Amino acid sequence: METTIAVKRQVRRRVFVWGVFLVLSASVALPTAVTWVAAQAVQDANPQAAFWRAVREGASGYSAVRGPQANVLIDSRGEDWRNLRNGPVAGWGAAAMGGMVVLLLLYSVLHGRVRIEGGRSGRTVERWSVFNRTLHWYTASLFIVLAITGLSLLYGRAVLIPWMGLEAFSVYAAFSKVVHNYVGPAFAVGVVLILLLWLRFNLPERTDWQWIKAGGGLLGKGRHPHCGFMNAGEKIFTYGSMLVLGVVVVVTGFVLDFPNVPQARETYQLSQLLHDAAALAWITVMLGHIYLGLWGVEGALDGMISGEVDENWARQHHDLWYEQVKQADPTREAIRGPGQTDPGRSPTA
Amino acid sequence: MARMKFLCDSERCIECNGCVVACKNENHVPWGVNRRRVVVLGDGEPGEKSISVACMHCTDAPCAAVCPVDCFYTTDDGIVLHDKDLCIGCGYCFYACPFGAPQYPQQAAFGGRGKMDKCTFCAGGPEPDNSEVEYEKYGANRIAEGKLPLCAEMCATKALLAGDGDVVADIYRQRVLRRGGRPRTWGWQRAYGDKG
Repeated sequence: METTIAVKRQVRRRVFVWGVFLVLSASVALPTAVTWVAAQAVQDANPQAAFWRAVREGASGYSAVRGPQANVLIDSRGEDWRNLRNGPVAGWGAAAMGGMVVLLLLYSVLHGRVRIEGGRSGRTVERWSVFNRTLHWYTASLFIVLAITGLSLLYGRAVLIPWMGLEAFSVYAAFSKVVHNYVGPAFAVGVVLILLLWLRFNLPERTDWQWIKAGGGLLGKGRHPHCGFMNAGEKIFTYGSMLVLGVVVVVTGFVLDFPNVPQARETYQLSQLLHDAAALAWITVMLGHIYLGLWGVEGALDGMISGEVDENWARQHHDLWYEQVKQADPTREAIRGPGQTDPGRSPTA
Repeated sequence: MARMKFLCDSERCIECNGCVVACKNENHVPWGVNRRRVVVLGDGEPGEKSISVACMHCTDAPCAAVCPVDCFYTTDDGIVLHDKDLCIGCGYCFYACPFGAPQYPQQAAFGGRGKMDKCTFCAGGPEPDNSEVEYEKYGANRIAEGKLPLCAEMCATKALLAGDGDVVADIYRQRVLRRGGRPRTWGWQRAYGDKG
């Protein structure tokens, strides 16, 4: 008797376990199957869905009308371009430039100018040859023209139209467009020349890291760190921005500047976004460069005006370069040139 | 007030390009510019579809949003027009438009863009209605004469519908009910949003 009861109980347990298993698996399998069948039915009812989805996503066909991408019915990427240009690019660009102006104002008020230690000595050292100065001011003046015309086209509608009115701004904008389009390639020549000819001044050195760690001598009034012909700030921000942002701006600028070499709309959209973003970042960096050159560092401007910098300025800001120049020609009281360090020096200078 | 819309019935369009010719003739558009074009999808394959497309006169028009000189305006009928006296030919509306509507006569060196030209829904421009100067710059102003765009009026198969969006939608709905299948209000969501 004991054994038959045990067997019955075992059978009952087995039936229970299998039952639970069946119910569980059916509860997963049945809904899945129903959904699948339903999905098949939907697909059968709408066989054209994939076709129209492709069309909405910019599939191309044939058009008897000739024109840039005339065979594409719809291309919604323009909406992304619009949102990015009018939103983050314009917004962050304005914030970056405004932030830089505020930062520079704060710095000039709180820190003041970086004066020449011990004042001017009256003896000068040649830093930039006539050729290099010409190259600098050529590129710089075109940069300013391009920045003003470019910013007018991006922000003019928000800033200038309420002030000038639609008609006057349209005349100015048409002028800006033509100037921007023609000055751009000329500016690119300056950028490329600077990148090639001034590369040797801007190669990284061991002293750069020490210069960065010391805060560049801009923060605090302590001893200026050792430095060669160019300091790390000039290498990273001035030259580095030309190398990265400048190349992006120039390449995308050429894409946008020649509608007689038509590109796909997405190429124009991407180029325009990169052109704007890089140019805005570049202007932001150059605001710092302009401040330091014109006002922030006393004596720095001399190097780009007369080409000669004061010996005390050279000793303070570029001591290693100054030592080098002095060693090259120790006999002369007023040392008149960096000698071999200057590749662009014209023979008459 | 009516809200003017275009609708091309892809079951009816036979790619005769009559709308393209009608538009070109009525508006005397510049050389190299076609305000309307017909796109054939899956050309020569079973299920081939043709659609006539021009400016859709969008509700929240991307061209107007990116124009640096703010030369676009929307009429009371919902027609998106632009002022060629303000346009500087920068090309931004062409970058932004999903339908490829804005076009430019090549007028300057290096393919420099002239003043943008696009479909006006046969509604002219900001100049006085049906004046000579309006016709010269923008083409016909049939709307001011109480007529609809010629492309749609000329359409032999009545595939291209133009007019008040509600009326157009009603006509199309009746067609779909009669012939079965799904409605294809092509481009409407992009142009007019979910609300229409």
